[in-house]
Amino acid sequence: MKFGVLQFPGSCDELDALRAASLVGEAELLWHGERDLRGADAIIVPGGFSYGDYLRAGAIARFSPAMESVIDFAREGGLVLGICNGFQVLCEARLLPGALLVNANRRFTFRQLRLEVVNADTHFTRACSPHQLLSIPAKHSWGRYYAAERTLQEMSERGQVVLRYAPGENFNGSLEDIAGVCNEAGNVFGLMPHPEHAVRELTGASTDGLLIFESMRAAVGSVVA
Amino acid sequence: MLIRPKEGILDPQGEAVERALPALGFDGVANVHVGRMVELEVEDEHQIEPMCEKLLANPLVEDYEIQLIGSAETA
Repeated sequence: MKFGVLQFPGSCDELDALRAASLVGEAELLWHGERDLRGADAIIVPGGFSYGDYLRAGAIARFSPAMESVIDFAREGGLVLGICNGFQVLCEARLLPGALLVNANRRFTFRQLRLEVVNADTHFTRACSPHQLLSIPAKHSWGRYYAAERTLQEMSERGQVVLRYAPGENFNGSLEDIAGVCNEAGNVFGLMPHPEHAVRELTGASTDGLLIFESMRAAVGSVVA
Repeated sequence: MLIRPKEGILDPQGEAVERALPALGFDGVANVHVGRMVELEVEDEHQIEPMCEKLLANPLVEDYEIQLIGSAETA
């Protein structure tokens, strides 16, 4: 099983994502200017400041050649994980509902957070137990999840709200404490916190982030088998 | 193009400016919203709206307004 990790000018978490993915499978960097996804079984759109976050975070990266291929890959059912800036890119690409707005406190904020697994029956969370609390860091300025009221209701009914900030942890003002969402088909997932920074005891406050990558590996394995 | 947060969407930047103005003695200020402006020259003005829809604004969360200033014929 091979993960492809996109790399844009301005990405800064692609190497951590690459290392995290390589703990559970093979992993390779994919340059934004190339359309070829090199046979990857799953794609990670990493954190950072793609194209300087000019205009809006993710707005320009969404039109890169690699992303055009990722959009086709996602429409064919391929697994796509977007972390932080990657989540913003997937929203801009309309692969995920909603948008990420500037934090309610207007500040860049870095915190280790507790996240509740709302839906443990997704390709990205199946290694977690329902309502498990994950300890994962977040670091961003534009992380306030927003979607229209009716969209939020539909997402909630369909199980698309995958992760919520635990009580007291929603520092960015996300609607309904939403930290991570998936698309209706369940093959595209985005979250603002960084599971790739929580995979090793030496460098993270927990290893809970590994559960996301392990879930993806198991999901790809079951599709291939 | 003038691009601003849609009505009803929290605008922390606008709120911060609204709180700062009275501190400088400017009273009676309300409904401050901060957006952005994009200026460009274009040959076919019919392209402007699709540009806004596709890239320059995010219609989920932003409204935009187009102002045409002069044209090739009048310049």
